[in-house]
Order: sequence, then C-alpha cells, then structure tokens
Amino acid sequence: MIEIRRVLTQVEDIFHEFGPVAAQPLRRGAIVAVLRNPYAGRYEPEILPMMEALQPVGIRMAQQLLTAMAVPAARIEGYGKGAIIGSAGELEHGALWHVPGGYAMRELLGWKGGAAAYAQGRGGENTGQPGNALAIVPSTKKVGAPGAGLDVPLTHINAAYVRSHFDAMEVRVPGAPLADELALVLVMSAGPRVHARVGGLKAADIAKWDGQR
Amino acid sequence: MLSKIRKLIVQVDEIRIEMGKEVAPPVRKALAMAVIENPCAGRYVENLDELVAIGEELGGLLGERCVQALGIEPGQAQSYGKAAIVGEAGELEHAAAILHPKLGAPLRKAVGKGAALVPSSKKRGGLGTAIDVPLGHKDAAYVRSHFDAMEARVPDAPRANEIVVAIVVTDSGRPLPRIGGLQAGEVKGEDGLR
Repeated sequence: MIEIRRVLTQVEDIFHEFGPVAAQPLRRGAIVAVLRNPYAGRYEPEILPMMEALQPVGIRMAQQLLTAMAVPAARIEGYGKGAIIGSAGELEHGALWHVPGGYAMRELLGWKGGAAAYAQGRGGENTGQPGNALAIVPSTKKVGAPGAGLDVPLTHINAAYVRSHFDAMEVRVPGAPLADELALVLVMSAGPRVHARVGGLKAADIAKWDGQR
Repeated sequence: MLSKIRKLIVQVDEIRIEMGKEVAPPVRKALAMAVIENPCAGRYVENLDELVAIGEELGGLLGERCVQALGIEPGQAQSYGKAAIVGEAGELEHAAAILHPKLGAPLRKAVGKGAALVPSSKKRGGLGTAIDVPLGHKDAAYVRSHFDAMEARVPDAPRANEIVVAIVVTDSGRPLPRIGGLQAGEVKGEDGLR
C-alpha cells in the first residue's frame, strides 16, 4: 500500500530577522514524503488501513528529520505536521496523517504513551511522569497542485500555549504531489522564534504539564 | 566572515520512483541557500570586489553544505549549478559579481574536481521568488543525462537589500534518462566538455 516516490528534507538556520544576531541560530527542519494515494479517483469508504500502514513511515520520517537537523532529540522544542493531497484525492485522505504523523514525533521525542493510546485519541493524556512531547501536534492540510506551498504550524512540544514557539514553516515540493499522490509533512524546530518578544507563557514557566500550560 | 548571513537553508530531494518505475539508486539533489545582506544595495557602486569576495566565501560554504547533506565523499558529486536572486534595491550585476569571478574554485574543491562550467541563472526578485538552478555534469558539460534543474526559493527573501545565493550539487543525473548523447561513463573530463 505504501509506495514512496520522493523524499525531500529541508533544514534552515535563522541567524536574525533584522534584530540582534542570535548567539545560537534557530534551526528548523521539514521532511516531506511523496507517496501514492491508494484511494485517488474514487470515493472509498474504508480508508483506515492506510492509517495503520503509515505508522512505520512516520517513525522513519521523524528519525530521518532529526538526523538531517543534526541535533539531539532533547533539543527539539517545537513541532507540527501537514499534508497536501493531490487533485484526485480528498481532504479526508490527508486526515489519515494525523495519528501516524503526530505519534511518530512524540514517540521520537520521549512521549511515554503507546501507539494504541495515541490512535484512540488519548495522545495528550498526561500520565503523571515527567514526560516530553506532551502537547498536541498542530497541523494543516489541503488539496493542492504540484508545487503547492503549505504553511505548517509549529507549537511547543510540551505546552501548546507557549507563545514564543508559535511559528510556521512554508513547505513545498516542486513537481509534487501529482493528482494521485499525497505529500506528507513533518516539521520540527530547535527553539523559539528568533526574536520572540510578545510575552505570554514562557517555556521556562510550564507548570501544569497537561500539554497546554 | 564577510557575508552577513540571515538564513542558511539546505534541502535534499530524493527521487525513488518515477512514472511507476524504481529509480535505483535514487536521484539525489542537494540545494544550499544563503540569504545575505547586499552591501551595494540602494546605490550605484562601481567596484564590486566586496561581492566577488562574498561569492568566493559562499562557493565553499554552500558547496560543502550540499556535499555534507548528501553524505557523500566530494568525488562522488556528479553535477552542479548556481544561481542568485537579487532583491529590488540591487542590480543584476551584483548577482554576476557573486556568481562568476571567484565562486567556482572553492565549489570545485568541495566537489572534488569540476572541469566543466558551472551552469548558472540569475534574476531580480521579491519575497518567495523562485529560481530554477540549472544543472550540468561537473566534469563534462555535454553529458546529456545530467542536464537538469532544481527550483530554489525562500518564502521571506530576498528583501530589497538582500541576495539569495543558491548552489545545487547532486550525486546523480535525471531519473530514468534515455535520450542518448554522451554518457557519464564515457567522460574524459579534461576539456570540461566531453
């Protein structure tokens, strides 16, 4: 069921945005897998088998992205995910990425729950242990033409309300997705926006460990 | 460092299947881009030596980043290309100063050899402007299987006083090449052409 045609990785270092040059540049990374959409061109009522099949794909992608970013997992502070569905598919096909994409990064970053709990929508449940990747993974998706850009949202991995880590990364693959393809995206960042200064909850002040604050 | 770099971006594009056929080994293209301040923006500057020196610095930096991202030895690089997008307060000649006089030597060092011309493109542009970086075999410009291009763009650059400098290095030609011409295996690699 899984036929990956193309993989694109992107890693960027942001040194400044016309303010003081950061002592350590903000590193952000994205990985996109372009694969065949087995449900393209028709209405298929039963699409859940694909969700299951995407689990190992997500885990490999998350690992490959971390490798490309060349930082230890402990330095990842933000994450997000997204999907672009080729024109012969429907938005719901992109929704298949919510569970495997989100679970993959949380697994990589130290979330202590299991894949089954995550698939049941209990991914954000705090089991009380000092965990990592407690926050929901923000996402976006759309049906798009080859080369379509997707602004993939990023939030803090442990508390969705940490204001310094609200960000987005524009991702696109020239020439993909074709009509019968899906472009599945994971993004991670190793820090806050480069000149973050609009107040709000700080990462250092996360206290509830409930995935939000 | 001479270049005032705001952003460095490295992409790797790996093509494993084309038109349903496996591409083995996969085609892999690495793109490295630097968003830099244009020291000559906003006025006419006669002597462009500062940009020439920046080009020399970026030829090495971006070339090495590409090779590193592909995880190959320099000698395994097969094709290359370069391009620049000048923000609107700069002129096309600024791109030429970066790309043409001195960028090539350190790039060639990064890819092991490089007898052939480094194909290039340049334009003026705004935020998110895309440029297609032309690609050719690094040792023989006539290798037909390696004529290709890779699209480069930075969503928030170039600002008016910036330049986006892009270098692409590959370890392969096009996926499924089959239009004949000089083959990579037949290259002499002496005159840069064949």
